[in-house]
Order: sequence, then structure tokens, then C-alpha cells
Amino acid sequence: MAAFHFELVSPEKHLFSGEVESVVAPGADGQFTVLKDHAPVMTTLKAGVVTVAGGDGKVEKLFVRGGFADVNASGFTILAEQAIPLSEIDLAKVDADIRNAREDIADAKSDDARLAASDKLAQLQELRAAIGG
Amino acid sequence: MPSLKDLRNRISSVKATQKITKAMQMVAAAKLRRAQSAAEAARPYAERMESVLANLASSVTAGGPPLLAGNGKDETHLLVVATAERGLCGAFNSSIVRLAREHIARLQDQGKTVKILCVGKKGFEQLRRQYERHIIEVIELRGVKQMGFDTADEIGKKIIRMFEEGDFDVATLFFSRFKSVIAQIPTAQQLIPAQIPSNENAPPVEGPQASYEYEPGQDEILSTLLPRNISVQVFRALLENAASEQGARMSAMDNATRNAGDMIKKQTTIYNRSRQAMITKELIEIISGAEAL
Repeated sequence: MAAFHFELVSPEKHLFSGEVESVVAPGADGQFTVLKDHAPVMTTLKAGVVTVAGGDGKVEKLFVRGGFADVNASGFTILAEQAIPLSEIDLAKVDADIRNAREDIADAKSDDARLAASDKLAQLQELRAAIGG
Repeated sequence: MPSLKDLRNRISSVKATQKITKAMQMVAAAKLRRAQSAAEAARPYAERMESVLANLASSVTAGGPPLLAGNGKDETHLLVVATAERGLCGAFNSSIVRLAREHIARLQDQGKTVKILCVGKKGFEQLRRQYERHIIEVIELRGVKQMGFDTADEIGKKIIRMFEEGDFDVATLFFSRFKSVIAQIPTAQQLIPAQIPSNENAPPVEGPQASYEYEPGQDEILSTLLPRNISVQVFRALLENAASEQGARMSAMDNATRNAGDMIKKQTTIYNRSRQAMITKELIEIISGAEAL
């Protein structure tokens, strides 16, 4: 399989840069896979897992919290709002955060606060499902 | 002629000052390393953002959203002046303020309205004397230890909100670009309407250029990308500023330490001379007293 250039950057860090064979990204309208010579696409991302398959059969998974994806002839770029490699996420902490978010929803005084809290919960649950613990 | 005791006091006070400036220099050097790596880590994101935006903007035909094309007016200018929270860093704050001041004078000559948003206390203190009534808000970064994206995002959102309410037409950001420890370049950057770098120096793309596909739609993407771009620009400016501040402080304190060293040397020479002069005088008195007998 042919390789192409992939980059994943967040405002605070440059997380990934290199030649890869395929990337699966969580697009706003559903998951999509990018291979070499993909047609130019630009899309927003929702919270989810980016799966990067390198040339040597190594697979890397990173959690992103929204952002943009840009596929063009020179490669594939993801501008993530926040990105964390799955291996660095602490499962116990995520569970604790989910519990907190549930409590936030129960305690929320206004509709806005409730909405914000349930958004956060949905993101966390997405993350929890991605780890699959 | 100062007495020996005066000289001794003076030397010891300069020595104490030298210890302080030396400590400040070392602290600044340590902080600089951290700030510099943070600024460098943020660079790729801002660069990729720019190229994505340039790509997108080149395909937008008529006008585009106000954040990109402006609202058609050029009457009220907002100046976002980002400076440090502390002084004792050489000309760092003053050079940013000077650039902003020149800009204000030019705009006022053209009869435009000027509004100022200060980020950081020092810029406010310097601008207050002359332009107090133009300053609409001061954002202090006092409690911010490590510059996070959230801080910049807040400022960016505030700017956008003001733009949407029609408070100003053009926004310019003033900060200091970090070039090296001894060179920081005060820079003015236009935020709204967004300045899109020309795509000319980008590597030419080979093969037939297929047209982009947009998901969900071009306008939706632009309308999320543009506000984000402003926050990213602010974030980058704040990081560059943080690195510049530490760099400026480091070289200022280095100079101060060296100056104090020179002064100690000079004062010590004077002290030794006058001590010697005193001994000689006493000797002469004793000898001439003995001779008189």
C-alpha cells in the first residue's frame, strides 16, 4: 500500500507527523477513512478517535475533541482542538469525570448549564467507549 | 569627599543589588526555556491553520463572512495591545507601546475613532496617561501561570463578540515577536478582517487540482474556522510575548549585573585609594611630628 503524509497538531503541541498508510477520522457527518490520493476534502470533526495506521503495521490511536480535517494533494492535516494519545489517558480519571459530569447535570440550575454538562458527558462517554475498558 | 564608611556602605548595597539582578537573570533564563518551547510547539498549528485558511479563502468568491471580508467600513479601529504584567525587562513593554502609539497617532490623523483593549498591566499603565478615554478594557494576566489556549480563546471570543455588536470595524493586535534572546520585534497584526497570507510561496501542487469537497458546507466550515483562527492568533501572540518578555528580561538583567560589577570595581578602587591616602596622611603627621621634636 502506498504511503502519504499525515499531520496531527493541536494548539499546544505537534502530536504526529509522518508517512502513514491510512487514517480513520471522526468527521462531523460520520467516520471516514483517508488513503493515498484521496480527493481533496475539508471537514469539521467531532469528538472521537483518530486511528493512524503506519507503514510498518503499527497502529496508533489518538482521542481528539473536535477540530478540522484538511485533505489535499500534499497530504492530510488534522487541526485538533485538543488531542491526547489513548495510551496516555487514565481510565480511572475518565470514570471519575463521567461521574462528575452526571452530577453536574443533576445539579444544573439553568438550561444552559445543563446543556453544557450533558455535552461534556457525551464527549466523555465517547472517550470511554473508545478506550473500551 | 565621602568617608570610608560611606564608601563601604555604597559597595555593599551595589553588591546586594547585583545578587538580585543575577538571580532575576537566572530565573528569566529558566522561564525563557519553557516559554520558548511553548511558543515553538504552537507554531505548527498556527502555520497549518494559515495554510488551510488560505486554501479556503482562495476558493471563496464573493465577499465571504464579515470576519474574513470586514463589514465594509473603516471607521472605528480596535487596538489590542498585549504587553507583560511586570516591568524590569528592558525596553520590552515600551517598544510595543511605542508601536501602538505611532499607530494611534496615524489613525487619529486620518480622523478615525480609536479604541484600545489592553492585555497585560504594563501596557495599560503606559497608555493610560495619554489615551485614558480610549481604553475600553484591561485584561490582566496576573493569575495566569502557564499560558493555556483557554486564556487566549476567552480574549478571542471577547473580540469577536464586540465585532458582532458593531463596536469596531478593524482590529489590530500588537505584540512582540520572539526572534532571539537579544532581538524581539514589536509587531502589528491585523485580526479582523482576517489577513490571509498569499499562497504564492506555498509549494506548487503537482497534478491536476481537483476541486475541494466540503463537509458539511463551505460556509459552515468558514464560520467555525474564522473565530478559531482569531483565538489561535491571540494565543500565538501571547506565547511569543511571554518568550520575548523573558528574553528581554534576561538580557536586561545581564546588563544590570555587568553594570553592577563595573560599579563595584570602580568604588573599590576609590575606597582603596582613599584608605591609602588616609594612611599616608597619618604617617606624614607622625613623621613631621617626630622631626619637630
